[in-house]
This record gives sequence, structure tokens and C-alpha cells, in this order.
Amino acid sequence: MTGWRHSSLGIIDRSRPISFRWEGRSYRGFRGDTLASALLANGVSIVGRSFKHHRPRGLLAAGLEEPSAIVQTGAGAKSLPNLRATEVDLVEGLEAHAVNAWPSVSTDVFASLGLMKRFIPAAFYYKTFMWPGWELFEPWIRRLAGLGQAPDQPDPDTYEHAHEHVDTLIIGAGVAGLQAALASIRSGAATLLIEHDAVAGGRALGAEQSLSGTPVGSWIAEALAEIDAAPHGRRLMRSTAIGLYDHGLAAIYERSDPAGPPGAQGSLRGRLWKIRARRIIVAAGAIERPLVFSGNDCPGVMLASAAETYLHRYGVVSGRRIVLAANNDRAYRAAFALNDAGAEIVAVLDARPEADIGLLEIARERFPVHPETLPLRVEGRDRVRAVRPARLDGSGAMASLSEEIACDTVLVSGGWTPSVHLHSHLGGRLRWDDMISSFVPVQPSDVLSVGEAAGEFADLGRIRPIVCVETPGGREEETAFVDLQNDVTLLDVRLAVRENFRSVEHLKRYTTLGMATDQGKTSNINGLAILAAELGRTPAEVGVTRFRPPYHPTPIGAFAGHRIGDTLRPRRRLAADAAHARMGARMEDYGHWSRPAFYPQARETEREAVHREVCAVRTAAGLFDASSLGKIEVIGPDAGLFLDRIYPGSMAAMKPGRCKYAVMLSEHGTILDDGVVARLDADRFLVGATSGNAEKVAAHLEDWLQCEWPELRVMTIDVTTDWAVMTISGPKARLILAQLGASIDVSREAFPHLSVREGSLLGVPCRIQRVSFTGEVSFEISIPWAYAEDLHSRLMASGASLGLIPVGIEAIMTLRIEKGFIHLGSETDGVTLPDDLGLSGLVSRRKADFVGKRSLSRPEALRQDRRQLVGLEALDGSAPPIGAHVVSDRPDSLRGGAHSEGWVTSSILSPTLSRGIALGLVEAGRSRHGEIVILRDGNRVLKARITPPGAYDPSGERMHD
Amino acid sequence: MLLIDCPVCGQRSEDEFRCAGQAHLVRPGPPDAVTDEAWSAYLYQRTNLKGVSAERWLHEFGCRRWFNILRDTLTHQILHVYPVTEARRPEETGGGE
Repeated sequence: MTGWRHSSLGIIDRSRPISFRWEGRSYRGFRGDTLASALLANGVSIVGRSFKHHRPRGLLAAGLEEPSAIVQTGAGAKSLPNLRATEVDLVEGLEAHAVNAWPSVSTDVFASLGLMKRFIPAAFYYKTFMWPGWELFEPWIRRLAGLGQAPDQPDPDTYEHAHEHVDTLIIGAGVAGLQAALASIRSGAATLLIEHDAVAGGRALGAEQSLSGTPVGSWIAEALAEIDAAPHGRRLMRSTAIGLYDHGLAAIYERSDPAGPPGAQGSLRGRLWKIRARRIIVAAGAIERPLVFSGNDCPGVMLASAAETYLHRYGVVSGRRIVLAANNDRAYRAAFALNDAGAEIVAVLDARPEADIGLLEIARERFPVHPETLPLRVEGRDRVRAVRPARLDGSGAMASLSEEIACDTVLVSGGWTPSVHLHSHLGGRLRWDDMISSFVPVQPSDVLSVGEAAGEFADLGRIRPIVCVETPGGREEETAFVDLQNDVTLLDVRLAVRENFRSVEHLKRYTTLGMATDQGKTSNINGLAILAAELGRTPAEVGVTRFRPPYHPTPIGAFAGHRIGDTLRPRRRLAADAAHARMGARMEDYGHWSRPAFYPQARETEREAVHREVCAVRTAAGLFDASSLGKIEVIGPDAGLFLDRIYPGSMAAMKPGRCKYAVMLSEHGTILDDGVVARLDADRFLVGATSGNAEKVAAHLEDWLQCEWPELRVMTIDVTTDWAVMTISGPKARLILAQLGASIDVSREAFPHLSVREGSLLGVPCRIQRVSFTGEVSFEISIPWAYAEDLHSRLMASGASLGLIPVGIEAIMTLRIEKGFIHLGSETDGVTLPDDLGLSGLVSRRKADFVGKRSLSRPEALRQDRRQLVGLEALDGSAPPIGAHVVSDRPDSLRGGAHSEGWVTSSILSPTLSRGIALGLVEAGRSRHGEIVILRDGNRVLKARITPPGAYDPSGERMHD
Repeated sequence: MLLIDCPVCGQRSEDEFRCAGQAHLVRPGPPDAVTDEAWSAYLYQRTNLKGVSAERWLHEFGCRRWFNILRDTLTHQILHVYPVTEARRPEETGGGE
């Protein structure tokens, strides 16, 4: 209980008090506070429990780099896990609690783990819980270690995406960013300035400095006024650049103001911007590094700059009796400011010799300064009680132990790390700078880094690059934390090196140093400095792990934007959608299309409905909406020649008015798609594609046309949604069609199977194809898309008396399995060749070449044991489960013992034959008809007989009728 | 994300395009005269080079035209956009092979 609110400092609005709840208790703060500053002002020390050891943790930082104060706000669906308390705006009624603590952050029952910490080094769990299996222990261990809880309900808030193009994008509205923005705007460039914080000014906010003779506060206000007044200037606050990508693309997450006027933004929680900029300027500033010593995670240990920010911006003094430990000049600013505000500076411990301390004389007038001294350890458990300093020798090792110094707060500064993350996202290289003991961007690069992000520091003085005291015994290393967020200690890093994890990337993965939500913002450089020291190399040689987006944690919902639920992607509706709805269709999504699965009547189950529909097609007629079938017109004098090169079968020789079933192959010889190709005219073909493949087939044709044979006089047009298709199938199909008054002779003689006719119907053009996917006489009637509903109604009206009923996809699938017809994606996968399916009759032997031809004679294609399409008949009459494997007991030298010889690809209980029917792909299946094999699905085992595919009407008399 | 200068539509974002890999593959033929090794090389072997690479691109969500680009695979800089019917460019790394 040591932080306190100063009576006047800070830029909070003291006229607007705010009450909030933390861990179930009520507190008060002001508008302009963050949860962190308000807790500090209320004297709350423990704001979190550490990830692995459940040690009490306080505030280390004041900004987005905070590793320890991880909180969860709200409750229920609106609860937000894993927020940094330093970034949670204080709003009336805020409810927040610490993560990873139970029952509360101050009395955490798992804290006993902390007492065992010496037995839980890096990789302890993985090494220890290997037998009988890590998976048995993992859930239990995960419960102990972890962060916040994900809400178990859908996110009720919304997110949106926005796009912008600008000349200059400036990331960071600190002094450097504001200066860059002013220069850009004055040059006339369209300029966008973005700032992570809710207010501009960065670290200069509230500080008593002056810029070009103006007090910094006024300077910031004037800069913002000029930017806001410029018509080509714009700024986004609460907006974080999370990633930079090639060619000037920036991803920016803008958070809505939680205290904004209610309703103004609706429930919009955030907006993901994709901004293209001709020039990107990174003014992201720098992050202060802590020092590494025993107990450096104790609440009360805080970055010197954070204490400055809490003071200047929020008017909160971090402690009453303060020790500063530093290795640079800038940290003294905090000591002076806090001292001015009324805190006692008990001592300043400086790693450097007297001669290197820039402000030594002035500082010594106000408080004791101990050169060549750093903390060895901090005493205290829930709050700093004292610090035990050690004198350093010239090499940085401990020379002697000094007297304990009683204090309640230890401010630390181990130097500054430029925020090079965004520079690195674009592959920008880094250079080690000894002056500031950190990596800086190598410029020029794709982005321009300016200010502290470029490594420009005016007031650091001469740094001594020491982050921890080298002790002879090393006992202190067990509780000296390098990475506070992941509980990685000095011991862990040294252990990893002893176990030969010598690369910085390996160190990260083995110890988790630099992982999780803060991605090592405060720990990376210290970690690699320690690694370098252990290896006897320089930090430049050791290097740094690669920075990748996102720079800062971002809600998943922001990436989804509006694309959730029904707006995930467009749902394609059939032209006769309303007619299907009227007839009670059960609509389901097949690919992007919403199509009737079946049409249940009264209390029918799916199986009963499908059974009825199948029987109607076999005995009378069924009406099926096939509009989603792909239709691509191929037009031109060379259309026949082109399709001859595309298809394995002969197309140029086909006469106008005829059509044929064909498979389309990839250059690998595998089946891309199947469908019916019709020749409408000498120079006009209609290529049919399966519903899910229309775009793919159209693209395949264009690829070959544009890139391989650009000399052919051919054009292709995807007319899939120009024509709706109603398929009428069954023994009564012809009779029903004849009643409709089409201008086409539908008699058996005039319109044989596998032919196509053009004419008119209902006063509009129509095309009718005689092809069959059911095994019964079928007519596919194409009509302009807008007339689909009309045609459907007319067919139903004229066919009802003959037994015509609408049928859905499930019935069609049942009918085709009875016939042994393949369905793309069921009977084919990425390696299926035409001969595997018994379709070698579709492959011309005479044609010199076509797409995929050479691949059909590769050794792999000629193997005798290729999986081939067969029928599978369960001996008990059941329908074998789809995916069940055909299991062989024949010895197999590679796999040993039983192995799979194939599997069931389609299976149904046949209404027509009253037994189970299945198709499958089985090794050398065509030569094994009659063989009894074992089918296995999980633990279920059954016997089946291999048969030819196509149990119903094998001669095909019915569909040719 | 690349900004690609489509020859028909102008500068558009990469997510409207599809890359189909190495350009200037020569389809061997006639099939009877092609060895298994040569055909396999045509199907599967790609240079995957570090440097200036010629690639086939399709403006799939736009004009649906195919074209070639020269792209530095290290810097992602696009040096040239040209028709598929044009010959290889001298800037291409290993392009003379």
C-alpha cells in the first residue's frame, strides 16, 4: 500500500470521479486514468499472479509492454481476457480481476508452486511427465499455468474492416511522430497519423520540458490542431499498427472508446484498417529494459520511465521510499521528478563508475548515489521491503555486498530498446549499437524509422551494458526473472545454454523467453545479452529472434470483421428458391449453394422422404432442380479443336445436336471434373461442370487457352447462372414433357439418349439435354434463370396427375449409387485416374495428345494394384459405413500385418433393391469380383462381397428408352 | 501483401490474384517421344530460386487474364509485368538456362 495520488500533477480530469471494482472490491479513480494508474493510486500492489509459479506481481510498466498486470474485464459474453491493466481505460462501473489466480490475486492457493520453483526449471514438465504419456498430464498442468478465460458464449460485439490509401502513414504520435506528421502535411502529402494511446504526445505527455521554446504540452496541442485543420491530414487514436506487409500495406487495429457516447458506435468494439501508403514512417518509440536481480518481480519493482508516466500523466506517485537502480543517465529524470513530487529517494544505485555518470553532481545534492553498484536482491514477498546492493568490480562481477537499504519501491532502468518490430516485419535488417546496447534498424529500408525507434537518444549518457550482477555462488539466479510474463529466470537461460540450446531461436522455444502476449517487449534484449555472456560472444553475434505480426495482441473478432455467421460468405440461392420453400424443402448448403436436400411430408423422417422420392423416380417421375450445374460455353471456329486438346475423348468429331459424358483431366492425368459436353452448333459447345467446380473448370479452360494455345480462335463464357436447369427423370418423364408444349419433338425416335435440342418453352428460349444421372429416362431442361420458378410450377402442375413429385439431392445421390455412377469427390480424390473408375472408354487411343495424356502411361498409372471402383455388398444386407476400410491380412513388408486395401466411398440402403449398396475403391478391385473381404470401421467389422459397380439395371435399358 | 499492376485493371491488391508458380515452362511433346524422366521434370521440378523469378499470375477476381511477372523473391519487388506470350526476360535469375 504505497502508491499515492499527488494533489495536483497529471492530466486526468479530477472533476469526473469514476468508481470501479477490482477483485470484487470498490475503488475510485478519475476520467483519464487507466485501471493500472487507478490501482496504483489506491495503493494496490499485487495486480497479477505469474504464469507458472503464481508469484505475486505488481506493475512493471505503464504502457503496452506491461508483462505482469494481465487482467480480465467484464463478465459473461462481453468478458475480455488477457488485457494489460495499463491499457484498460477507467470507465464507470468497470469490473476487472486478475487472471491466473484463485480464489483471488492476494490469496492464491497455487502460490505454493512458487515455493517449488527451484524444482520447476525450463522444460520441467515435458521432461518429467513423459511416461505413460504427456497427454494424460497436459490438461492438469494447463489449468495451473495460464492466462485469462475465454468467454464461453459468442462475442456480442461487432468488428468491421476499413480500407484507406494515403501518401504518408506515420505510426506513433509522440514528439517524433508529430514532427514527421507536420513535415508531411506541410509538403502537401495526404497524411495519416496513428497512435496506440488515446492521447497524443507519447512519453512527453505531462512532462515539464519545452520544445523549440514552447512548453511541451502546448507544443503537442498546436501540432494536433495543425494536423486536424489540414484537409489532407487525419489521425486515428487508440489505433495500433499490428503488422506491416509488402508494398506499403499496414494492418491497424482501432479500438472503440469504451467511454464514448453510448450508442454512437453501437456495439462496435474495433475496426481493422488495411492501409496502403506510399511511404511509412515508424515513430513507435522505445521501451525501457528492466534489470535482472533476485526478486526483481516483487510488487514495487517498476521501470523508471513508468514511474515518470504515472506521475506526469496520472498524478500518481509510485512509492514513498524509493531506490533507483540504473545504468544510464535518463533514469535520473524519474528520481528528480518523484523527489519533487514528495517521495523520498533513499538511494541511487548506478552500475557505472563515477566518471561515467552524467548528472552525478546535481544528483548528489539531493540523494545518495552509489556508483558501480546494482541490486543483488530485493527483500519482501508481497511488496518490496528492502534492497540488498552489491558493489561491482570492473568485469561486472560482485566485489562486495553492501548494507541493506530499506525502501518500498525500486525503480529500474537497464537501458532502452528501440521498437524495431515493424521495421523487421518487412524484412528490415538490424544492427547492434554499442552506444545504446541494443539493436537498431539498418536504414534505408522499406520504412523510415525516426526518433527513438531509430535508436536516437539524446539523454542516455554513457551506458554500462550490465543487466545483472555476476555472483560467484549463483543462488540468486533461481528468482532473478528475465521474462516476467513467462516466469523465465536467469537459471532457466543458463540451464538452456548448458543443455546446448545455443541459438537465440532455440533458447526462445526451449525456455519460452519472449513468447506469449507481450512477445518479450521488456525481456528480449536482456535475454540475449545473458545468452551472449554465457556463450562468450557479443550480442551482435547472437542476434535476436525474428519479429512477426501481430505487434500487439488483437481480438480474433477483428480479423473476422463482419464475416461471421450468415455473412461468412455469400449463400447462393437457386432461382426457384421460393418454389422449393413452398413445397417444404429441407434446404442445405452444398458448397456455396443452398439446395433442397429432400422434401419431407407431414411427419416424415429424412429416410422416409428420400425413400418416397427414389421410388417416384423409379416408377413415375421426379423433378430435380439442377440449376447449380456449371455451364460454360466454348465458342469459335477452333472450339472443337480446343476441346479435343482439353478432353481425353474425341469432341471435334461429335455432331451438332449430340452430347456425351466426359471427364476432364489435369496434366497429372487425374480427374478434375466430370460432366456432359454438348455440341450446340459447328462452332459452339456447352461444357457441363459439377456444381462445386464451375469456376474451377472455367479457369482451367482459360488457363490453357490464354497461356498454351493463344493462337486458337476460341472464347469461353461461364453461363452457369444464365440458365436454370429443371431435370425431369423417370418412366413418365417424356409424357410430362410432351404436355408442356415445347417447340421440340420429344419422341423416342426424334430425341434419343445423349442428344441436345434448342427451342422455345413458355415463350422463351430453352435447351433440353437427354442425359441421365438416375438410370431412368431424363430430360434436363434449361431455361433463362428468371423463368425457373415458372417452369418448376408448370411442370408440377402438368405432371402431378402422372405421379411427378419434387426430389432433392439425397434422392439423386441414392439413385446414382444404385446405378454405380461416380460422384466427384466421393469416388475420386487427388490421385484418381480414368481407368481406376473403369472409364478408359472415355480416353481416346487415336488422339496424339490431350491434357494429361502422357501421365496416363507413367509407371505409377500402369501399376496392377491401383485402387479400382467396385461395388461392395455387405453379406448381412446392411449399408457399410462410408470410409470403412477394406482390410487385408496379407503380409505387407512395409507396414507389417493388416493394412488397408481401399475403402468405402459411397453407401446407401437402396429403396429399390431393399438392401445395402456401396461403392468403393479397392486395390486391383476389377479382377476381384466375387471375393469376400473384411470391412472395418473403428471397432465395427463386417464381411462384404466385391461386385461390379451398378447394382440396378446394369444393362442401362431403362435410361436409353 | 503485393500490389500488382495488372495489365488490364491497373494496380490491385494481391488478394485479387492467384499465383500459379514458375512461368515459361515448356510442355514437352509429342507424348510418345517424351521420356518418363522428362515428363516428371515438367510436372514436378521447379527452380524455386532466390532472386528474380518469372511467375505466372491470374487476376482471378478481376479481368481473369493471365500474365507473367518478374519478382524478386527476396525483396518482393516486382520488376516487370508482361504478356504470357512474351519471351523470357534477361533480368531473370538463371533465365538464360
